Amino acid sequence: MRVNDMKRVYVNEKWCLGCHLCEYNCAFANSGESDMVKALRKKTIRPNIVVEEDGDINFAVSCRHCKDPICIKSCISGALSRDESGAVTVDKNKCIGCLTCVLVCPYGCIRESDGGVVQKCELCLRNTVGEPACVKGCPNRAIVFEER
Amino acid sequence: MKNYVIIGNGAAAVGAIEGIRSVDSEGRITVISAENHHVYSRPLISYLLEGRTDEKRMLYRPEDFYEKNRAEVLFGEKAAKLDPKAKKVTLESGRALSYDSLCVATGSTPFVPPIDGLESVKNRHSFMTLDDAEALERDLDPEASVLIIGAGLIGLKCAEGILSRCKKITVCDLAPRVLSSILDGDCAALMQAHLEGLGIEFLLGDTVEKFSGKTAVMKSGKEVSFDVLVTAVGVRANVSLVKDAGGEVGRGILADSKMKTSLDDVYAAGDCAEITDMTSGEKKVMAIMPLAYIGGHCAGVNMAGGDESLENALPMNSIGFAGLHCMTAGSYVGECFEEKTERGIKRLYTKDNLLKGFIIIGDVDRAGIYTSLIRNKTPLDSLDFEILKKSPSLAPFGKAYRLEKLGGEV
Ligand SMILES: Cc1cc2nc3c(=O)[nH]c(=O)nc-3n(C[C@H](O)[C@H](O)[C@H](O)COP(=O)(O)OP(=O)(O)OC[C@H]3O[C@@H](n4cnc5c(N)ncnc54)[C@H](O)[C@@H]3O)c2cc1C
Ligand code: SF4
Ligand code: SF4
Repeated sequence: MRVNDMKRVYVNEKWCLGCHLCEYNCAFANSGESDMVKALRKKTIRPNIVVEEDGDINFAVSCRHCKDPICIKSCISGALSRDESGAVTVDKNKCIGCLTCVLVCPYGCIRESDGGVVQKCELCLRNTVGEPACVKGCPNRAIVFEER
Repeated sequence: MKNYVIIGNGAAAVGAIEGIRSVDSEGRITVISAENHHVYSRPLISYLLEGRTDEKRMLYRPEDFYEKNRAEVLFGEKAAKLDPKAKKVTLESGRALSYDSLCVATGSTPFVPPIDGLESVKNRHSFMTLDDAEALERDLDPEASVLIIGAGLIGLKCAEGILSRCKKITVCDLAPRVLSSILDGDCAALMQAHLEGLGIEFLLGDTVEKFSGKTAVMKSGKEVSFDVLVTAVGVRANVSLVKDAGGEVGRGILADSKMKTSLDDVYAAGDCAEITDMTSGEKKVMAIMPLAYIGGHCAGVNMAGGDESLENALPMNSIGFAGLHCMTAGSYVGECFEEKTERGIKRLYTKDNLLKGFIIIGDVDRAGIYTSLIRNKTPLDSLDFEILKKSPSLAPFGKAYRLEKLGGEV
């Protein structure tokens, strides 16, 4: 299991335009739809990456895939685990929606989803994109996917 | 090769196994499991009755867990005696196991209150184990009235789980409110109203004085007829093995921040252990899944010669009923910031420049940011708490924090 040498999504906040495109790309990537308009139009999106604002600065927050993830240690059902690539993933088939993980994630990066389960960034490794859609679509390289 | 023995097979035991294996891949691990089941998620027994999970999906770890971790489990065996001098555990079956390092992860047992006539009640259940849930299920039918004694977490979760499977549920509790150990009056009233909306009836500040057949006579004089009875008044930590061996116990087995007990080479974790609540400094039994696992992991690492401490344990709960979530953490002391929201309430308790605890009902999104403030003892004047208290986010932590957490490995 990779932990120390895995690629993660990192933020270069000084490049962030605050355009929120990553949120839309994330929601689309995880929608299971092939048409972006169909997937997102007139819907409240629930992205796994959220752009925050601090005065003039914007920055995108998504799961840190922590080295010692307190969400995994706290999950009451065993639905959270770390896969071979190092990504912290949720088994929605096991999750019971108790939100204990939401109560412990220090960065607010795991959230309630539809259908009584939670959702989180899985680095797009389990959807059809295969690499983080937020990074791929960022116009200004304000988020990157790399090893640090 | 070191010889590890773990008594119990719940979340704390899993933590211990994974903790040991993070340090020692060679040593021999033996688990003594009174329950004849692969480790399952105890809190999921109510969801099982509700039909939201099944026996396979509710396993706390995958089926190959013991094999992968090379742990031998003695299913259906119970430890009867601990001899810390000889470093030996004797099982009820007579077999003796010696250990180099032992973890007691025996959990707790439902406390059944002494009530006149209780013994004569036929369809009587506790709600603690998978076997309990299955036995209760056998007694349920769409025409059944169920009386649950205890409006705590276990009693209410049981009520939610069986709501659609019986005709009527009455929950009584000696306390004047629901979830009395974690909620104060207003917050409890909110949850109670929601639960009543689901169809659960309450008799609070009242308890059963005696049973006669299928009727419970309450202290208030009221009579409640029922077909099925569930007792969920509380649990008691399983401390006897350690107590009888001369180890220090309070309400639970006393353990330090390494999860070590007063006995040499004996560790304790989970619902059977009493550890320090960082928000009050008091030693407590904090019977929750996260601490069972984390404490077990800490014990396991130390048993195997590693070094891990649990300095920031705190009571916390996330409990939801049909869409309304309630989160609580820490101690409700000091100044209180309160905000009423559309569906609920938020109360943050601060003292000595620290966040000490909170109650949030309704909008619980990103609440972990608050929990992290408590656990990390973050001085509140080091960030913009005025903004943070309204909405949990990372912006109020400032640039340095962001660069560290979002720009590097954490
Ligand atoms: C209905 C219900 C709902 C809950 N909901 C939540 C929730 O939402 N969130 C939360 O955080 N917590 C919840 N809890 C609490 C949580 O389940 C416990 O904190 C957790 O299971 C404790 O784990 P443990 O490993 O310490 O003990 P346990 O899981 O109880 O495991 C101990 C095991 O040791 C065995 N044992 C005892 N004595 C011996 C012996 N002498 N020899 C061999 N084996 C022995 C027992 O049979 C038991 O299987 C809930 C509990 C219940 C009952
Ligand atoms: S969800 Fe939160 S705790 Fe879990 S790995 Fe991601 S950032 Fe860490
Ligand atoms: S909400 Fe799901 S993933 Fe989160 S702790 Fe509960 S069961 Fe685990």
